[in-house]
Amino acid sequence: MSESKNVNAFGLTKKDYLGAKTTLCTGCGHNSITAVLTNALFLSQINPYKVAKVSGIGCSSKTPAYFLNSSHSFNSMHGRMAPVATGAKITNKDLYTLGISGDGDTASIGIGGFIHLIRRNLPMLYVIENNGVYGLTKGQFSATADKGSKIKSGDKSPFETIDLCSMALDLGCGFVARSFSGDNKQLTQILLAAMKHKGTAVIDIISPCVTYANNEGSTKSFTYVKEHLSPLHQIGLVEPSEDIKVDYNEGETTQVKMPDGSTLTLKKIKKGHDVFNREETIKTLIETRDSGQILTGIFYINENQKNVLDHLNLSDTPLAHLPTDQMQPDPKHLTEILKGFK
Amino acid sequence: MATNNFTLHIATENGSGSQSANNILVKSLFRLGLKVSGKNLFPSNIQGLPTWFTIRVNPDGFLSNSLNYNIILSLNPVTFAKDIAKTKPGSVFIYNDSFKFDKTLLNSEALNIAVPFTELAREASDSAKLRKLLINIIYVGVLSELIGLDFKTVEAVIGDQFKSKPSVAPPNIKAFRIGVQYAKEHLSSIKSNFDFKVKAITGGNDGKILIDGNTATSLGLVYGGCNFMSWYPITPSSSIAEGFDFYAKQLRVNKDAQNNFAVVQAEDEISALSMVLGSGWAGGRAVTCTSGPGLSLMSEAAGYSYFAEIPAVIWDVQRGGPSTGLPTRTQQSDVLFAAHLSHGDTEHVLLLPANPKECFEFAQTCFDLAERLQTLIIVLSDLDLGMNFWCTDELKPLEQKFDRGKVLNSQALNERGEFNRYKDLDGDSIPYRTLPGTEHKQAAYFTRGTGHDESAQYSESPEVYEHTLDRLKLKYETAKKYVPKPLVQQNDKIKTGLIAYGSTDSCIQEAQSLLQAQNISTNYLRVRALPFTDEVLDYLQKNDRIYLIEQNRDAQLKQLLLNKYPQFYDKVHSVLNYNGQSISAEFVTKKILSIEGGLS
Repeated sequence: MSESKNVNAFGLTKKDYLGAKTTLCTGCGHNSITAVLTNALFLSQINPYKVAKVSGIGCSSKTPAYFLNSSHSFNSMHGRMAPVATGAKITNKDLYTLGISGDGDTASIGIGGFIHLIRRNLPMLYVIENNGVYGLTKGQFSATADKGSKIKSGDKSPFETIDLCSMALDLGCGFVARSFSGDNKQLTQILLAAMKHKGTAVIDIISPCVTYANNEGSTKSFTYVKEHLSPLHQIGLVEPSEDIKVDYNEGETTQVKMPDGSTLTLKKIKKGHDVFNREETIKTLIETRDSGQILTGIFYINENQKNVLDHLNLSDTPLAHLPTDQMQPDPKHLTEILKGFK
Repeated sequence: MATNNFTLHIATENGSGSQSANNILVKSLFRLGLKVSGKNLFPSNIQGLPTWFTIRVNPDGFLSNSLNYNIILSLNPVTFAKDIAKTKPGSVFIYNDSFKFDKTLLNSEALNIAVPFTELAREASDSAKLRKLLINIIYVGVLSELIGLDFKTVEAVIGDQFKSKPSVAPPNIKAFRIGVQYAKEHLSSIKSNFDFKVKAITGGNDGKILIDGNTATSLGLVYGGCNFMSWYPITPSSSIAEGFDFYAKQLRVNKDAQNNFAVVQAEDEISALSMVLGSGWAGGRAVTCTSGPGLSLMSEAAGYSYFAEIPAVIWDVQRGGPSTGLPTRTQQSDVLFAAHLSHGDTEHVLLLPANPKECFEFAQTCFDLAERLQTLIIVLSDLDLGMNFWCTDELKPLEQKFDRGKVLNSQALNERGEFNRYKDLDGDSIPYRTLPGTEHKQAAYFTRGTGHDESAQYSESPEVYEHTLDRLKLKYETAKKYVPKPLVQQNDKIKTGLIAYGSTDSCIQEAQSLLQAQNISTNYLRVRALPFTDEVLDYLQKNDRIYLIEQNRDAQLKQLLLNKYPQFYDKVHSVLNYNGQSISAEFVTKKILSIEGGLS
């Protein structure tokens, strides 16, 4: 009995959902996300052989290597996760498309692809592992960095932050949520719900960078980096950190101490939030942001939208598996068409 | 008398409706069995700028651009002086009598014919808007009477032209007859001495069609099993995507009225090729069509396709570059860039179609090559080939089966017991792949644009990286077995050889005949693909003097050729046309004669 409890609908154990060992920094929020995602996939009704993992470039985009070894994966180009996923999903609509991207990958170099993927409503799970910083190139601002926050050089980000959830809502995305990498419970619930969505599901996951994130008021951290980690560029030393975990209730806030010494205030969306009311949700998001808090939870769901596959009116057989006779018309039709060219 | 042998040059404004009239003329000439081509020289604009349409009729089938205009019809006051300057002794200049201009500007050695087109249009319609359109059909009438076009044929073509809008046909036929009638009443004395005549040839175009390369491409993609097209609108390639969508909706729909294809208009060319890669990876026969500026944006994904070995096709309809360049003019100037498209060591397989028939053929075989070689195939067409009317052999779908390449399904994986994505098992440097969704424990692999070993694992090992680059180079050698071979016309007694490719081919036969008239006999090799195959080397060895004719400034194919075969540096000379207008046999002949003169 205890055996069968460890086996899911596909006769697979949790071990079958693992991947290679992570090469990210110890304590990286992305590793927590990978763990939660692995667990959620195990709990879901998704056949791992039918999963296509797609990512761009960056720390987040490396993570598809760290879970679900039994699935094909396409670690593409910087900012190109969205179009690559689009081509793959349309060509084989039986694939469950799982996109992993970061804030640089999505909010800057790939923002066009992000916007148009949502416009088309490509059925997929679009995960953004958002740390507000370019980790892999060692600590430059990303477009999701808060206005006024500092980077390692001491410069303050002078520009408004891009809130990918607000943007997704504005574009009509039918599933929009935000969570925190350390909130296993909430993130699992959100992922499981998102995996059932029939269109694009966008989940923005705040994920602290233990090595380069330096938010507002982090002079301590700046000093710390300068004193302790500046040799890092030469010798590649990264101080190991503890994973950050949170557990709090709906409608409440919680303070998260970030690795750089700054504090993040997360606010879980209140119980009874109407996930079908887009206008209210947009308003709530703006209000929370203006008050300096980060709202988490499932913001909006709309299951009554057509997706790009519906519009394309694709054959039941995935395009990738069409038999030749469905790909090569009878020559007699050509003869008929060519009469118009005489 | 120049029966069935003349060039007609029509000057109008774009957006004025002249395109329909010009199409009617070309098609009528074609239906009468004549060898005819129609080339549109148009501006990058929607309405109001000068445009010229050149129709060439030639008994020998020499249908490339000719700058020797026999009949010039000028309906655009803005270009009037320019159009007069194109006249020569013996040419005919037909103009709108309503234009106010200094009559002394006219070339007294030309036959100048004034026609009151504006007044004739008043007869045709009360509506000013309609008159502007009908004036074009009136000139069709005037010309038809002068050159002796069969009226019934023209009227049938007018009917076909407006088949989708039947109410439009009668006013057009009326306008056509007004033009004919005017010419009969006022130009009969001119007609009797008119040099340029049409004589119908029964069965002259049996087995032929009149088509543009882009339409032939669209049809080829439909028959080649293309099931994914992603594109971003750009002149002169857009009509391929639109044409594919149009014909696929007729021919690639299953019995449940569902589509066996997908067309996605992308947000930019970066996404267009990225989508194609996603599709090719998932098992699609995927293509994107573009032109120069789009090709620039695609270089990132092009390198990915090469390095990660994903089947993909770019159909590039070349225009004048660099930058925005000349969007509505023709060139073969993407060759060098396309051959190495991407940063890093990259070499791509190129296909070089020369006519619509070959566009149709390559639009089918490009997928076989992409899937067989697991790489990007770039097809280089150009605006002249893609958008102008060509008289070509009737298109016939290829009978060979699709080559879907080395794909392992779960049964094959069972039999093999082992799968390494990038391992060369057959000695041809082409590895095996699996498609996502394959239900087998060994099927999955990790596709990446980073360094990878034979099992697709990340690797920065110097040996592994070097091995990968070397194998890809060897794979490019393997491609020689699969790409279309050059077409060679070689007489070993002749020691002067021409080389051309793509649409430049259309002027070669004529140039050879003009050169022959100057006692210069030539061999001819037409390159149809890169990598160069052994036939090219053989040709270079057999000929003492080679003229490589192409349409770009920098002798791009010559650079690629001499890079491979530097030993022939001294014997390869360039003939280069790069003014945006398609190449003519007169130009080629003149250039070669001047080089020959200097050499002898």
